[in-house]
Amino acid sequence: MSLMMESPLASCHRTLKARMIPFAGWNLPVEYSGLISEHKATRQAAGLFDISHMGQIRAHGKGALPALETLLANDPAKLRDGEGQYTFLLNDQGGVIDDLFLYRLAYDDFLLVVNASRHAEDLHMLTNSPKQDVSFRGSPGSSAGMALQGPKSVAILSALWKADPTHPVPPKRNHIAKCRIASQEALIAATGYTGEDGFEIFTDLSAGPVIWNALLEAGKTDGLLPCGLGSRDSLRLEAGFPLNGQDLSPEITPMEAGLGFFVDLNRPRSFPGRLVLEAQKKNGAPRTCVGLKGQPGQPPPRHDYPVFQGDKKIGVITSGVPSPTLGHGIALALITTPIPPCGQDLEFEVRGRRVPVKVSPRRFIPKK
Amino acid sequence: MNTPNDLLYAKTHEWLRLEKDSATVGITDHAQRELSDVVYVEIPKPGRKVTAGEVVATVESVKAASDIYAPVGGEITEANTALSSDPGLVNREPYGQGWLFRLKPDQPKPAGLLSPSDYGATLPH
Repeated sequence: MSLMMESPLASCHRTLKARMIPFAGWNLPVEYSGLISEHKATRQAAGLFDISHMGQIRAHGKGALPALETLLANDPAKLRDGEGQYTFLLNDQGGVIDDLFLYRLAYDDFLLVVNASRHAEDLHMLTNSPKQDVSFRGSPGSSAGMALQGPKSVAILSALWKADPTHPVPPKRNHIAKCRIASQEALIAATGYTGEDGFEIFTDLSAGPVIWNALLEAGKTDGLLPCGLGSRDSLRLEAGFPLNGQDLSPEITPMEAGLGFFVDLNRPRSFPGRLVLEAQKKNGAPRTCVGLKGQPGQPPPRHDYPVFQGDKKIGVITSGVPSPTLGHGIALALITTPIPPCGQDLEFEVRGRRVPVKVSPRRFIPKK
Repeated sequence: MNTPNDLLYAKTHEWLRLEKDSATVGITDHAQRELSDVVYVEIPKPGRKVTAGEVVATVESVKAASDIYAPVGGEITEANTALSSDPGLVNREPYGQGWLFRLKPDQPKPAGLLSPSDYGATLPH
């Protein structure tokens, strides 16, 4: 039996009386004040999430770019200093080992932010790939991270920086910058997993709790709430973002997941799964991820429920939740092609009965 | 945690209120806290015969769907239809308006249920 990893923010969670659950080998907060209130705070004001379980891997050396170019599905050469991109680590069948964010800090310095459940496997793949002049560092539990998300995020960060004589400015969307927050060194990226404006802050173990507490204090008057994994999941699903292990897996390609935009096939370099993805781009993928929208008062869709068109089973729900913003069920489902058009009536099955849903765009809330 | 003295309890966190030849069933304060925000309740139709320990209802929160077991065997006589428009009653009044269903027990004296203090002792402190 392996021991549960404790977040560097564990003492903060204890003080806040968070309800803790095991997640991908970590003991993490699932909720503090309540999932729905945390969800709504993030949509209307701001939420603060512990993301210390997300792996932070640094690629150093002049061989970093060529090594990443041969491993990742999006093109890292497109990044300039301070820019980030969503990308994939794929297997030879084009299936998703991990979906991650890659940031270029300098030509020889990259940060990869990866899923907790895949961290060790990613690190193993990176360090064992044929490469020169590059080192990959950052094992599970070696860093702290948190996400400040919601429309008040900029105001909260600015409030913290008001007294700072260097007048830092927050990075632009999908950008990353080295900053000091609450007198601590950190990397701050304008990215997130909620569909709201916001920031992800990456720092070392001892700085984590200092920044966490300073942000909570600075955001108090704006309605900032600490938020757990529960609202993190309902927020990401409303925004149509995939969860690795459910909507993405080694058996699902980015094309099938509807994320082909983040795969670059216009460059000469080979990367794992490229041939499969080229064929799927040309001929279409055998399955495609669609959004499904339920109705109020119906049982909510959940992971693994089968999806039917008439009598024919055409797919399976990969993620589903009763949407706190919309008041009805929403889901992502992997459907066998041909894909029914938006608005098409389908059903899912739960406890032996059929529940009506409509095909919908995967993003369930308006884009910011 | 609120554990009223006039009820019997199942280890699986249902409560039972006995009244003459009828029994009302709901979930405990502890259970509703664990589930948090209830958004959907599926309740059995009157006339259905159930055995003790059988899954008879489902309470869904944002996080998950949870099975509700019949604390005793009997015939369902009434379902709390107010829950279809206001499932949050389960959170707000777990022992009152948030009841789930009524049944006519097979046995006049239900067996295998816990007293309030025995049930309270099973909960984390």
